Amino acid sequence: MNFFTTLPRKWAVFYNTFVNQNGYKEVLGGLRNTVIIAVLGLLIGIVIGTIIAAVKVIPPYKRVTRFFQRIGDIYVAFFRGTPIVVQLLLGYYVLFPAIGVNLPVLNVCVIIFGLNSGAYISEIMRGGINSVDPGQMEAGRALGLSFFSTMMLIVIPQAVKNILPTLGNEFITLIKETSVVGFVGATDICVAFRYIGTNNYEFMVPYLVMALIYIVMVLIISLGVRLMERRLGRSDRVHN
Amino acid sequence: MTVSTTKTPVLEIKDLRKNFGKLEVLRGITENVYEGEKIAVIGPSGGGKSTFLRCLNCMEDPNGGSIIFEGEDIADMHVDINRHREHIGMVFQSFNLFNNKTVLENIMLAPVTIRTKRLRKAKLQKFFGKKDVVIDTTPEQIKKEAEETAMRLLRRIGLEEKANVYPSTLSGGQKQRIAIIRALAMNPKVMLFDEPTSALDPEMVGEVLDLIRQLGNEGMTMIIVTHEMGFAREIADRIFFISDGIISEQGTPEEFFEHPKNPRTVEFLSKVL
Repeated sequence: MNFFTTLPRKWAVFYNTFVNQNGYKEVLGGLRNTVIIAVLGLLIGIVIGTIIAAVKVIPPYKRVTRFFQRIGDIYVAFFRGTPIVVQLLLGYYVLFPAIGVNLPVLNVCVIIFGLNSGAYISEIMRGGINSVDPGQMEAGRALGLSFFSTMMLIVIPQAVKNILPTLGNEFITLIKETSVVGFVGATDICVAFRYIGTNNYEFMVPYLVMALIYIVMVLIISLGVRLMERRLGRSDRVHN
Repeated sequence: MTVSTTKTPVLEIKDLRKNFGKLEVLRGITENVYEGEKIAVIGPSGGGKSTFLRCLNCMEDPNGGSIIFEGEDIADMHVDINRHREHIGMVFQSFNLFNNKTVLENIMLAPVTIRTKRLRKAKLQKFFGKKDVVIDTTPEQIKKEAEETAMRLLRRIGLEEKANVYPSTLSGGQKQRIAIIRALAMNPKVMLFDEPTSALDPEMVGEVLDLIRQLGNEGMTMIIVTHEMGFAREIADRIFFISDGIISEQGTPEEFFEHPKNPRTVEFLSKVL
């Protein structure tokens, strides 16, 4: 019963820190960073993933094609084969200092998360491209359109529609994975709530609220994905 | 043949070969297709007739031989095949309308995309000081012209009220007729039909064949792979019988159906007629 009897007091402590000692500013800042990293990371990931996937499905007649496909394979193998924390640490402490670029930690996080999700999205996108009837590509090519025009105008839009639920899951994964950016010193929601907890060494309520915020974010994204699916489903409907 | 030889060849096919791995599908086909000629390609399945057709616009890259179209050997891998494909229309068995585009967009997409790209290239060349580049159009103009052409073609087949619907709402016959006018919107010099009625319900075969017949009467050069023997006989100037990777017999429909010479043809005809 200890848990329930102490809860009101712990809530009061949290409420005091959160409202009166500017804890909410901390959390809003963290929330902002989490969203920035996840959204920009996803966008970078979609661009990188689409490029890698599109290169991978080119018929490998030319040596230069095979070369870029190999690079794509290595890229995917690296980013899927190492934990995101390791990639963050390598990026922040090794890669960027090594090339002499001094970026704010948030930017480094965005870039690393973008590169990381690019690897996953390339595989998702490849599945999506393969799920589109090859006749669509043939029809485009037969009309005189180039491989890339047909890819961009016909195949990828249909592929994206097929993979939208999976892409939504990727975004959800990304939101949750951002919770490790504290390792390199960026302030996300996680860090913000740990900070509030440390204030009075009462961690229970802050961490519960933190979990709640993550769940709410994920539910909102799921809803958004469902709405978008419905919109993109227009061309499938028999009566429009 | 007496009529055709006076005309100029649209396609000159010389010793065309294609293999998939070790399997030789085409084993040397040499034939000319003349302007305005209607050719029906028939033969047993697995004989290579679809592969032959798909080699003519390099949907399958030939492994040997040459195909001369508009003065260039399009079987050569270094040729810009996209430019030539604009003038070789192709119609598929499974229609292959673009699912994410409306009917009108389906027809306009290729002309608009290709011409806009060409315009952009011309502008770029002019910008970098090339003198003899003429820019006589605008993106809006290109779009307007393509839309006019598309609507004219849709009116022709009586489907103008379907301009803004997606292909999933159409019947098979409507899809195939739209696929045909989509190819026509590029002003092709020759049309390739790959079993255009094989995926259709029987009651829709007629409307598609009617449209193909109309094109033939207007003088379009056509090569049609088909299983419709009656249609082949009616429309074709010449029949190619492809079996085992070669044209084992060819001739006018009368010669071919009434007096087949090759025992392979006799056997095939006895089964299908």
